[in-house]
Amino acid sequence: MAIFIDNDTRLVVQGITGRDGSFHTRQMMEYGTQVVAGVTPGKGGQSFEGPDGKTVPIFNAMDEAVAATGANTSVIYVPPAFASGAILEAADSGISFVVAITEGVPVLDMAMAHAFARDRGVRVLGPNCPGLISPGKSKVGILPAQIVSEGPIGVVSRSGTLTYEAVFQLTSNGLGQTTCVGIGGDPLIGTNFIDCLRAFEADPDTAAVVMIGEIGGTDEQEAAQFVTDHMSKPVVGFIAGQTAPPGRRMGHAGAIISGSAGTAEEKIKAFEDNGITVAQRPADIVGLIRAALA
Amino acid sequence: MDIHEYQAKERFRAAGIPVPPGEIATTPDEAYAIASKYGGMVVVKAQVHAGGRGKAGGVKLAKDATEAREHAGNILGMEIKGLTVEKVLVTPAEDIQTEAYVGVLVDRNNQAATFMVSAEGGVDIEAVAAETPHLIRKLVVDPRYGILPHQGLWLANYLYDDPGLIKQAAKIITQLYHAFIDAGASMAEINPLVTTPSGEVKAIDAKMSIDDSELFRRPDVAAMRDSSGEPASEIKAREANLSYVKLDGNVGCCVNGAGLAMATMDLVKYYGGEPANFLDIGGSSNPDKVVAALEIITSDPKVKSILFNIFGGITRCDDVANGIVEATKRIDIKPPIVIRLTGTNEEVALEILKNAGFDAYTSMDAVVEKAVALAGAN
Repeated sequence: MAIFIDNDTRLVVQGITGRDGSFHTRQMMEYGTQVVAGVTPGKGGQSFEGPDGKTVPIFNAMDEAVAATGANTSVIYVPPAFASGAILEAADSGISFVVAITEGVPVLDMAMAHAFARDRGVRVLGPNCPGLISPGKSKVGILPAQIVSEGPIGVVSRSGTLTYEAVFQLTSNGLGQTTCVGIGGDPLIGTNFIDCLRAFEADPDTAAVVMIGEIGGTDEQEAAQFVTDHMSKPVVGFIAGQTAPPGRRMGHAGAIISGSAGTAEEKIKAFEDNGITVAQRPADIVGLIRAALA
Repeated sequence: MDIHEYQAKERFRAAGIPVPPGEIATTPDEAYAIASKYGGMVVVKAQVHAGGRGKAGGVKLAKDATEAREHAGNILGMEIKGLTVEKVLVTPAEDIQTEAYVGVLVDRNNQAATFMVSAEGGVDIEAVAAETPHLIRKLVVDPRYGILPHQGLWLANYLYDDPGLIKQAAKIITQLYHAFIDAGASMAEINPLVTTPSGEVKAIDAKMSIDDSELFRRPDVAAMRDSSGEPASEIKAREANLSYVKLDGNVGCCVNGAGLAMATMDLVKYYGGEPANFLDIGGSSNPDKVVAALEIITSDPKVKSILFNIFGGITRCDDVANGIVEATKRIDIKPPIVIRLTGTNEEVALEILKNAGFDAYTSMDAVVEKAVALAGAN
């Protein structure tokens, strides 16, 4: 098993003809993801040339794509100005899961889009996230496939390359993954740590979870409390940004310490208070996971 | 992006909020001229992107134009939290009866614009929220409806007993919401919102932060950017589309990805060093971007060693290696550079770097230890 995506995932790519969209569509198809449709307004009726001579039909709109192909998941590579519109359209098309990769979506647009998706019972991942991968089953987004392997570890993170770092070390040490999820670095994200922890707890194949947080907000603190209240599986944590100064945005729009709230110290303490072992360095994650599984 | 008080006041005025008049002076004589025009008592206020202006001596009451000139002379050029004051706002002093707080910000947990109001004005609202949360009334605004008339009244009711004041404050709260939305703000604040003896409600201070992701579609807001207080290196980074934050250490850091960049800085500290900066170079292997990054890092004289930490995922390591080699040919760099590359095509990349004479690693810990040692030795 895995969480959120698996062999039954039927994916539609919004923005399939763009530079990023077409590159990553090929990567996803090479991994074995069932890419069943693409959407680019004005290019309906054309088809996308995938690897190995495979083609993907392109539609003008999400509802047409879903009606024609039975897609259940979408991934969004459209530019920031159109990204929230693409999320709204996806949430209204009958699919159940939307993965928004785009970085730089105006936050007030996302307040509207998240409310709209919630009303329709549609799960959103992101925006400003690398997506997710269930090794051996499906990949949706931009995570590099060569660093993952199948196994019992669930990984959830607010970051991109830092997630790759952790996953790469797990894989190099023989610790495969059920699903690796990047929830995104924006202030307003759809799927949060708790959603992923809940899903990993319910997934029979996941034995332990790696949770990688960073400065800003209180998501990690609430997730730590959730671990105490609802999780039987061990969780190993890491928090980036111990050296980040307050009031400065550290790359991610959501990675900012406001006043004295959202510091790494506060998050590490919340982890430790709730029985989450905290890695001092990314290199310590493997050892802590091994100890947790022993 | 932060904007100045006088700029936020312009936005508030345009939204219909009663804001006292005011003009900007960049010299004491200009302050004198503005104060003479208003007559009577004025307030001279430093315009700088830092909180705690009052405590730092950047806000002064003047009884007449001569005193306004004197205050302006003291405040202009003053440093507040490391930023030099280049402008002052000169505004007529108001006769104040009560002070309240009204603010709206994007709340992460509620995923919506959220108002906070308090009858305790002129204070640090974060401190009030932490220590005496019962003194704050909060309202989450449903983005589908915006603020509704009865909600504005509900907030205003918390501030005043007098029906006339409540009505004015409710209107101001609604106008503040519109100013907030129209600017693409992440925060807008009136602190304090005052009442005068004649029964008027006015905004005598104004603060606003803009969501950087809104600027591409709001040129009028983007035009309000004042970079004068920013370090030159941060301006250059913004122009080169790099995420950069200058810090005080001596180990320059150049990393792909924000989370990994923060983790790298933390690891520098772990090994006993101090990071000189946060820098996310992104997924690009473009030599121009590497050149810009190196120029920015080396413009800081404190930097004694430079460390690259690149995790090649979709980006190929050999592309990045070629970018680094190419970039370092174009500019002369004094501090030693150490590089860690791992992921797609790392063997080829390491070969390229070693042939070009670089110290290259595949382990993040090894490269950080080395960079810290080099910074200490230089």
